[in-house]
Amino acid sequence: MDRAELIARLTPIIATYAQDKDAVASINETTDFIKDLKINSANLVDVILDVEEEFDIEIDNLSMERMLNVNAAIEIIEDKLKTK
Amino acid sequence: MHNRVVVTGLGVVAPNGVGLTAFTEAIKNGTSGINHDPQLEQLQFSCQIAGKPELSDDFIAQYFSPLELRNFNSTGILYGVIAGMDAWKNAGLDINQDSDEPDWDSGTIFGTGTSGIDKFRESIYKVDELQLRKLGSTVVVQTMASGISAYLGGKLGLGNQTTTNSSACITGTESILMAYERIKTGQATKMLAGSTSDSGPYIWAGFDAMKVCTYKHNQSPKQGSRPMSASASGFVPGSGAGALVLESLDSALKRGATIYAEILGGHINSGGQRGSGTMTAPNSIAVQRCIKGALQNAGIKASEIDAINGHLTATAKDATEIQNWSIALDRKNKDFPYINSLKSTIGHCLSAAGSIECIASILQLHQDFVFPNINCEDLNPEITDIIDFNKIPQQLLNTNVNIVAKASFGFGDVNACIILKKYAK
Repeated sequence: MDRAELIARLTPIIATYAQDKDAVASINETTDFIKDLKINSANLVDVILDVEEEFDIEIDNLSMERMLNVNAAIEIIEDKLKTK
Repeated sequence: MHNRVVVTGLGVVAPNGVGLTAFTEAIKNGTSGINHDPQLEQLQFSCQIAGKPELSDDFIAQYFSPLELRNFNSTGILYGVIAGMDAWKNAGLDINQDSDEPDWDSGTIFGTGTSGIDKFRESIYKVDELQLRKLGSTVVVQTMASGISAYLGGKLGLGNQTTTNSSACITGTESILMAYERIKTGQATKMLAGSTSDSGPYIWAGFDAMKVCTYKHNQSPKQGSRPMSASASGFVPGSGAGALVLESLDSALKRGATIYAEILGGHINSGGQRGSGTMTAPNSIAVQRCIKGALQNAGIKASEIDAINGHLTATAKDATEIQNWSIALDRKNKDFPYINSLKSTIGHCLSAAGSIECIASILQLHQDFVFPNINCEDLNPEITDIIDFNKIPQQLLNTNVNIVAKASFGFGDVNACIILKKYAK
């Protein structure tokens, strides 16, 4: 799965929680979940649960802590998909 | 110098009417909101009838964002938020979600008995199935007791005290009296007061098990709730929410707000589970003291009361309640005020009862009527021994109503009585 495809599958998940809807339209690898998309920090665990479901993976606590932007999310998903 | 406190906004989510217009019409017509509940039947409840507000998904979407509705499973918060936001709008106040500045002079005291009991059930199952991490972020805010005041505080941007009270079936009346005190003593200008109750089998089961709900009307739900009737056989469980915007008179006049009624005062006490009082039965002396205390606090004479809105749940205790009113007010027979119980049409809405019933009482003052009691064509003779049957209207009465006394009584032997008056300069 290439990065563009990953972002395409990630976007609808993130859009659910993003309070800045304009920022969702211009989502890219550098987009920060809290700063750019204005996702409520309490919702980060919900984003992770939705990602787990979408990609059928399980994200460990350590990875959860650093999954704060699109780039980190993609790295973590790629990593988990490899070890599946 | 104390502030006078008035009611300037009302919002209601009741089994027989959602929204002020529908609810007003329903109480005037004596329309019952009690229905057969297939889920209670399936779960083999003794009482298979209940009062539940009807809300469509489209309607709910006007009050909650799609994100808020994800994994949302708390009927109490649902009812409370709708009633609270409606009351705020009804008072002509802005719901300004874009402002960064909270409204420092407005707060809420919004009571409940439990919060998100269905959400709680769902999470308990997940935890026991070792799925804890799948709970996500939505459990705490929906199951903490103060979930309802927290939701409302955020939606309305309240910057004053934002809390939840809980005291069984007096919760709603208590919340109004606590909010009243806060404005009276100048600590807030506006308070959203009210209460809500979850619906469904998991909130009602305990009452069913205690055998305090009627099992005789599963085939005749509309006749099931029978306060003051000789054939009263237990209460019908209900649910919903009521919300009132309380405001200092100065603030209301300055805004040119509609004033529904003035709160003259009230009293809250407990029988201490001594004498005739127990965890579940009232100490009559305490009830009488509560009513008398309310009159004294409000500065009115018993003779000034035009109508009583009772607690009157449709159990054997109804006659005891009437006797307590009669002794406390020293009024009986034809001299007794009009009395009604909203529970005949909506059932016993538990922690929401006091606030919904106070709204009905306030509508009576504002529109000059006494709403009819239904299902008491066979009045309990123990009651008509004390008061004249004409004082228990079974048809809508269009009459001047100046002062209403409303009382609620609850488990834990707790009592609350509030005195409401038509506003006059």
